[in-house]
Parts: sequence; structure tokens; C-alpha cells
Amino acid sequence: MIRTRDLTKDFVVSRSNTVHAVRGITLDIEAGELVAVLGPNGAGKTTTMRMLTTLLAPTAGTATVAGHDVVAASATVRSLIGYVGQGNGAGHMQRAADELFSQGLIYGLDRRAARRRTAELLEALDLTALGARKVSSLSGGQRRRLDVAMGLVHNPSLLFLDEPSTGLDPHNRANLWEHILQMRERADVPMTIMLTTHYLDEADSMAGRVVVVDNGEVIADDTAEALKAELAGDRVELGLDDPTRAGDLAALIERMPGGRDTGVAGGRDGHPGSTVTGRVADGPRALPELLRAADRAGIAVIAAQVHRPTLDDVFLSLTGRSLREAEPTDTTRPKDQQGQAA
Amino acid sequence: MTTTMDPTRTAPTRSLRGPRKFIRDTQLVMTREIRPVLRDPFSVIFGMIQPLVFLALFGPLLVGSLGGQAESTVGDSVWQWFVPSILVMTALFGTTTVGANLLFEFQTGAHERMLVTPLSRPSLLVGRALKEMVPLAAQAVIIVAVMIPFGFDLYPLGALVGFLLLAVFGVGIGSLSYALAIAVRKQEWMFWAVQQTVIFPLMILSGMLLPLETGPEWMQVASKFNPLTYLVDAERALFAGGIGTTAAAWGWVAALATVLVGLTVGIRSMRRSAG
Repeated sequence: MIRTRDLTKDFVVSRSNTVHAVRGITLDIEAGELVAVLGPNGAGKTTTMRMLTTLLAPTAGTATVAGHDVVAASATVRSLIGYVGQGNGAGHMQRAADELFSQGLIYGLDRRAARRRTAELLEALDLTALGARKVSSLSGGQRRRLDVAMGLVHNPSLLFLDEPSTGLDPHNRANLWEHILQMRERADVPMTIMLTTHYLDEADSMAGRVVVVDNGEVIADDTAEALKAELAGDRVELGLDDPTRAGDLAALIERMPGGRDTGVAGGRDGHPGSTVTGRVADGPRALPELLRAADRAGIAVIAAQVHRPTLDDVFLSLTGRSLREAEPTDTTRPKDQQGQAA
Repeated sequence: MTTTMDPTRTAPTRSLRGPRKFIRDTQLVMTREIRPVLRDPFSVIFGMIQPLVFLALFGPLLVGSLGGQAESTVGDSVWQWFVPSILVMTALFGTTTVGANLLFEFQTGAHERMLVTPLSRPSLLVGRALKEMVPLAAQAVIIVAVMIPFGFDLYPLGALVGFLLLAVFGVGIGSLSYALAIAVRKQEWMFWAVQQTVIFPLMILSGMLLPLETGPEWMQVASKFNPLTYLVDAERALFAGGIGTTAAAWGWVAALATVLVGLTVGIRSMRRSAG
């Protein structure tokens, strides 16, 4: 459905300053996949998506979207894909239903079909009561649902969502996703979705596949579960009364499958004793085993916890930076340049 | 009603190519642009505030300030001279500002959404520009209708041709305004800076507000290079019934040249507006 080879985008800011926004991304996305592109602001997520949706011409490399080249057959690509950008697709001066109707006509529906499709989509996205309202008077969540409806007017088999839930509160975010997934499953062949996000939980819970992008390059590409298991692992935390046995307990953790990164700290909450932490491949299975091993060695474990890793742990282990810290901090960068590189 | 999505049922029913697709796309863009105006017709009135203020407050001063020269410069009725000016002024204020609407759609993301649809790039400009004719015509009719009781003589056929000339000119200026908006989309304040800087010298150097015959010679020379001068003169001739006059002919030359330049520059800008 999407196939890129060394897709590259440079922005020439001035003679001495070129921003390498995307540095040779090669990616294959099959029909029916739901792929999240995760990365900090400025990683090249949006630039990549803008190339795939024909908004930007690549500096180098190729991309085929829905079977057509994004440069040579940009008009064909545009007629086949749905796109929900970062902003509001619906014009603020327009009425919600008018924009859906226009969008239907734009994609070649006749007036009757466009009217019917407008009604269908308003109902499917819980917007029927708001059809006659001006877009500017809708709430953020309602406007976002309308944007998604606009992207779905022509039943595209491929939908691009650029940071679909940025700025929405958790309730509205969950609601938006409920609608997106519902629409996806209604089609005979599940719609292929590619989304960008910098919300870890969104990539984690929604996408079947996570592509981690940093500095314009793909640095990891797998299911969220596999990324977490391979790159981060589960963190186990064991408390014990006798600090002298902490080293032995740490050694036991190291011997578990995937055991690494062990450390010893003081007791929790001022409790005399120690806390031993470490990473293992599969926490829930490793823990009982660890406890039995500790028992055999005569170490009295008094508390035990397993923390499942987050994608932030994955990003940390890949780049040495936390996803949150990786946000650009250089505020002297010109604003438009930030926008382009984002 | 059913909400099942059958792709075959909502698949594109028409796929046009070439000029027919361009015409349909332009129609779609134009209808979309007109819709908010039709939904809220009073928005047309706001574009007329400035010209009406000039009409009510500037018009009466005009005769007085010209003193004994009024007869030789503006003729016997100040309204026959000044109403056509105000029509051109309405067109100018109405159409030089339309780029701001596009800037707003850049900001919100609506323009980006349109760029990812199958609409052809030129139609995104031409549709918007053609739409300007609608509010412009409405405003011109209102102004003329308001002025008839004050002694403005109406020559219907000349007035009709005058409206048409104004509409053609408005499409050209509207296109240029959109092109300006696209050029400054990353520094939006520039739009108003440029618009204000350009509009007032053009207005004054067209003899629209005050006759240039009483001004210094360099201004009279400068006005010969201002397309607006020919438009204002043509509108005065047309609203006096002079359809076949030389002034009217030069007005058409100026308006058509403006449209040609406007659409060329505008379409080129629109093609590049995605980056």
C-alpha cells in the first residue's frame, strides 16, 4: 500500500544552512495495516507524511502510495487516499454539513450521492445534530471528528492521520479513536491507516506496528509488544530486609532470560533494607521463578513488583534520550523552519 | 438509515479530464466559497462600510474644496463624478482583502486539505477569484440604488457594462490578493502591510477621490501608469451612458490586462502553495 525507498527531504534555509528533515526512509506498509509513526517533534514524521500525501516533493528517493508514484502520478494518488492533517480540514467559515457535501462533490460523487454520504458520515461520527452549525463554533473534539469524516468521504482504502488527537483531552481522544476504529472495521477490507503521533500510549494501544523515527531516520520498526520486549524488557523491583544479600539477588536477576541493568537502592519509603531492580525479557514469567530461586538461596524477598515497559523506555534505550526530553529545546530556531522540519 | 459503507455505492461516479475537469473543479471551488456569503448575506454589507463613509462624508466636501474649479474638473453633478469612483473603491477594498480569507484557511488547515483532494491547483485559484464577482456586483447595485434618490442619473445600459467591467477587474485584483497571501503565508502580518502600502497610492494617483487636473504635473504623469486611472475614467464614461467612448475602451484594456496578469501570477502561486 505504501512503499518508500530512501525517501529524503532537505529544506534549504539559507546558503549555509540546510535542514535534513528526512534522511533516506525505506518503508513497506501492507494493505490492512495500522501503523503508527512515533517520534519527537522535528523527527521528520510530518515531513514524511507530507511527501506521501503529495504535499511536498521529495528531494531524493521514491515513494509509491496506493500503487502510484507520488511525484509522477500525484493526482491519482490524491484521488485514492484520505488525509486528515494536523490542522482542521473543515473551513471555519463553513457549516459542517456543507463542507462534507462539498468534499463529496470534489471526490466525484453526484449531488444525491454526496448528500447521502454526508448524512451517513454525520451519523457515523455522532455529528448529525451539528450539521447546520458553523465549524468555528464546534468544540475541538467535534471538529476533529468532522475532519475524520471529511477524510473518509470517498471510502479511501488508505487513510493518513497526522497527529489526529493532539490537543484533545483523554476522553475526547478515546472517543475519536473509537470512531476511527469503527469506520475502519466497516469496510470489507480493513482500511490501511498510517498515523503520526508523539503520544506513546496512542501508538501503543492503537497501532499494530510502530515505526520509531528520530532525526529523519527510522530507528526501529516492529509491533509495540516486540519493541518493548526486545529493546526495553520488563523492569522487576524486589525489596529485601537484609542489605547484605542485595548483591546475590541482583546476580539472580542477571541470570534470568534477558536479565540486565541491575541496580541496588535503599529500602522503599525509608524502610531499612534494600531494593534491587533490573530488566528481564518477560517479567510476569520471570518473577515467580526469581522468587523460587531467591527462596532456594535463602534470600527473604519481602516485596515484588513488575513494571511493563512503555514505548518511552524503548525510545530511551534506542537513543539514550527520553521521548519527552527529545523535544527541540533550541528556541532561537526560526519558527517557520521548525514548522517545516516538524 | 443504514450506515454500512459499500465502497461501490460511493465510488466516484464521474472522472473527467482536461478542460471539463477544470471547469467542474472551478465550479466546486466557487460554490464552496460563495456558500458562506449566501448563508450570511450581511457579510457583504461590511465590505461596503468604508466606501459608504467616503460617499457620505467625503462627497459633500469635494465640491467645496474645489472652489471655483469644480465646474471644469468634476462637471455639473458631483455624484456623476464621484459615484463611479466609489464603485471602483468598493471593488478595490473588497478584492484586495480576499487574500486574508485564504491566509485564514492556510492557518486552520482547510487549504491543505483541499490540496490533497483531486481538485486541480489552478481551479483552487480561479474558483476563488471568480467568486469575487458575486459580492462585488451586489455591492455595486446597492450603492447605485442608494444614490439615485440623491440625484444620481442612471443610464441602465452603461451601468450594466460598468458593473461587468468592474467584475472583470475585481477577478484580476482578487487573484493578485490571493497570490500575495500565498507569498507571505509564513509572515502573515506582511499581507496587511503590503495591501495598505499599495492601495492608497494607487487610489490617490487614479484621480478617484480628487481630480488630478488640479494637482502637480508629476502626479498627472504618474497617473498615466496606473491601470486604476483608466478604470475610473471608464466607469465615469459608462455611468454617463458612454459605452462606445475611448475612455471605456481603455478601461477594458486595463481590466483585461489586470485579469491576465492576476490569473497568471495567481495560478503560478497556487501551484507552489503546498510547500
